[in-house]
Amino acid sequence: MFGKRFLFVMTVMLLAAQVFTGCAAPAPAPSGGQAAPAGGEAAAPASGGKLEVFSWWTSGGEAAALQALFDAYSAQYPDVEIINATVAGGGGSAARGVLQTRLAGGDVPDTWQVHPGFELIGQYVEPGYVEPVTDLYEAEGWNDVVPEALRTMMTKDGEIYQVTVGVHRGNGFWYNKQLLADNGIEVGDTLSVDEFIAIADQLKAAGVTPLCVGDSGIWATAQLFENTLLGAIGPEAYNGLWDGSTRFDDPGVKQAMETYGKMLEYQNEDHSALSWDQAVKKLMEGGCAFNSMGDWAYGEFVNAGLTDNVEFGWVSHPGTAGSFMIVADGFPIGKGSANPENARNWLKVIGSKEAQEAFNPLKGSICARTDCDRAKFGVYHNWSMDSFANDALVPSVVHGSAAPADFQQALNDAVTVFVVDKNVDAFANALVAAAQSSGFGK
Amino acid sequence: MTATTDPAALRARPLDRRRWHLSEQAQTILLLLPSILALAVFIYVFISFTFWVSLSNWRTLKIDLTLREPLFATYVEMFAMARWQADLRNTFVFTIFFIAFAVTLGLTLAILLDRHLAGHNVFRNIFLFPYALSFVVTGVVWRWIFNPETGLNLLFEVLGINYLLAQAGMAPLKPGWITDPTVVAEVNGILAAVLPGVDAWQVKWGIPLAMIPVAIAATWQLSGFVMALYVGGMATISDEVREAARIDGASEFQVYRKVIIPMLRPVTISVVVILLHVSLKIFDLVYTMAGVGPGFATDVPAIFVFEQMFKATRYNLGSAAAIIMLVLVALVIVPYLASTLREDS
Repeated sequence: MFGKRFLFVMTVMLLAAQVFTGCAAPAPAPSGGQAAPAGGEAAAPASGGKLEVFSWWTSGGEAAALQALFDAYSAQYPDVEIINATVAGGGGSAARGVLQTRLAGGDVPDTWQVHPGFELIGQYVEPGYVEPVTDLYEAEGWNDVVPEALRTMMTKDGEIYQVTVGVHRGNGFWYNKQLLADNGIEVGDTLSVDEFIAIADQLKAAGVTPLCVGDSGIWATAQLFENTLLGAIGPEAYNGLWDGSTRFDDPGVKQAMETYGKMLEYQNEDHSALSWDQAVKKLMEGGCAFNSMGDWAYGEFVNAGLTDNVEFGWVSHPGTAGSFMIVADGFPIGKGSANPENARNWLKVIGSKEAQEAFNPLKGSICARTDCDRAKFGVYHNWSMDSFANDALVPSVVHGSAAPADFQQALNDAVTVFVVDKNVDAFANALVAAAQSSGFGK
Repeated sequence: MTATTDPAALRARPLDRRRWHLSEQAQTILLLLPSILALAVFIYVFISFTFWVSLSNWRTLKIDLTLREPLFATYVEMFAMARWQADLRNTFVFTIFFIAFAVTLGLTLAILLDRHLAGHNVFRNIFLFPYALSFVVTGVVWRWIFNPETGLNLLFEVLGINYLLAQAGMAPLKPGWITDPTVVAEVNGILAAVLPGVDAWQVKWGIPLAMIPVAIAATWQLSGFVMALYVGGMATISDEVREAARIDGASEFQVYRKVIIPMLRPVTISVVVILLHVSLKIFDLVYTMAGVGPGFATDVPAIFVFEQMFKATRYNLGSAAAIIMLVLVALVIVPYLASTLREDS
């Protein structure tokens, strides 16, 4: 029956299996942290019930801001028990894996943190994981206060799918005011690429590192490129990149790549050993003059006890004045979730003026609506609110809004290579190929 | 009873024996069945599924298991990627450095312990201790040590090495360690003469310097384990063998060189195979210590799998990379297991 050979082969397979386990199957991500309800579901009350909010807001200011939203919700719906399902990890890198697993497995959270644009449309709307909320926008009058460019980023086939709660400005260019003053440099209201290069050369000659970059997480330098690209080709051509009307080997894009390569020559030597916040810290300590970063960097300055326009200052990233790089967070309603009605009320609350006025000062962002009370925000955020109301709003690729996740990864990979070899043609070709493979490039 | 004289009973005995023999085999199968089933489902079915995914069109969050045309397009695409080429190079270089360092250090420590120097029991535990740590902890600690702004470079400063170098008119010693994108000893030219298609490679084949600190950290973690295996192996070599060698006039060095180390060959083979599969699958140490590195100087296939699968949601590409990793590990493990089992039977 079972020959020796058979048993031998069986044993080899069993042993081999144990050795292979590490890399064989795609390991499913761990379960959703505090998400699992602790039993006793049978006795769910007729009204009230639960609301599961999935996010990656775990750090100090973020968690406090999220709590402000919970407080606003509980004030109106005191019977509903909120389940705060957070998964730690910067930028949601860990959380998204958990969310993907849960969605694929049919365990849909009531609502979760999402970026508008491709992340919302491509990852959640197209596979059918979320419900439209267009009627909510009409009923609450949000169409009048949420800028059209932002609504477009949340719309597919005439239906809106998300309520955005806060907006960060991605194209900030922060500087150490004292250090520049010591070198006799003053930055005006805007900065062009040529002006920056002149200042950088002057600083370099004086022995000062002009630009701080902390790209141990490669997105930070990819964002430097994204901002430089926006500055070089302008918002219209930049938006055209994502529908294929601008190619990545366009002369303007290549020019932006040259400029980006030039900017990298001004960066700190230890850039790849630093994280983005360590680079901001280096700037505060006088280790360099400039840093290109979204306005979450503002929180770092404030936490260090520095004052707006005294110790540090800001302009738009060189060449990007008149544009607002949107890095926004919002929430949809999960299709087939346990508590859709509670999720709907959640969206109603977080879209309100009051909740956003409570949330955003803590989060360090501005309201996703243009009618918030300006007195509740500081100098920087008032400046950012002006820009949000008047400038061209463009989506960020590095933060998942402009292009699908596979292109985002391909951009990070191409930047990783470019930082070392500075080969513009290879960079452009890699992005052209990635855009085509991703399905939006022509 | 008259059982022993009953002819029927006498005839029945061998029959009974055979039935018992059969049922022993059946018992074996029965006992193994639960774990065979579990492994069949959780290992082999999933391996097959992963392979299917690697051939499919699944590249967004939406599951799409239709096969991609042409069939192995994802593999072709992957091997044309600069990043994947760099990953293969890095794995190769890391494996060589890591195994050479770990075996050398582990064997040296084992020999020192074998000399029964004072406190060898304490040292054995000290050397073995890093093995008890998680790779993540090791990665974080060694990241700090090999950070060019902290760690070792500060030590050079404090010890006055850079002062002495400056006195001698030389550049200060300030290596970039894990942040150094340099690839030395490039062999693309040599390979191009032998292999066709090397011109199409997008990366330099050579030694990425940033990979060496990572190999050192891995060595620190696993050389104690290697030492333990060697100590165990040496314990099985009887003192008579050593005595015989000494009587024949061998020096202590020669006793190890000519007698002990050759007798430890089976241990060495086991060690190399174990380290090889650790090295091919390594993820956590590299991920926490150096990440993908500048210009993918420290990227490894496991990080590639993770990022393509969970960040880029390119399930087909991540699966293809996982399958190639499986093949690489299988190339090492299967011959080893086969030969071990053949020796046993």
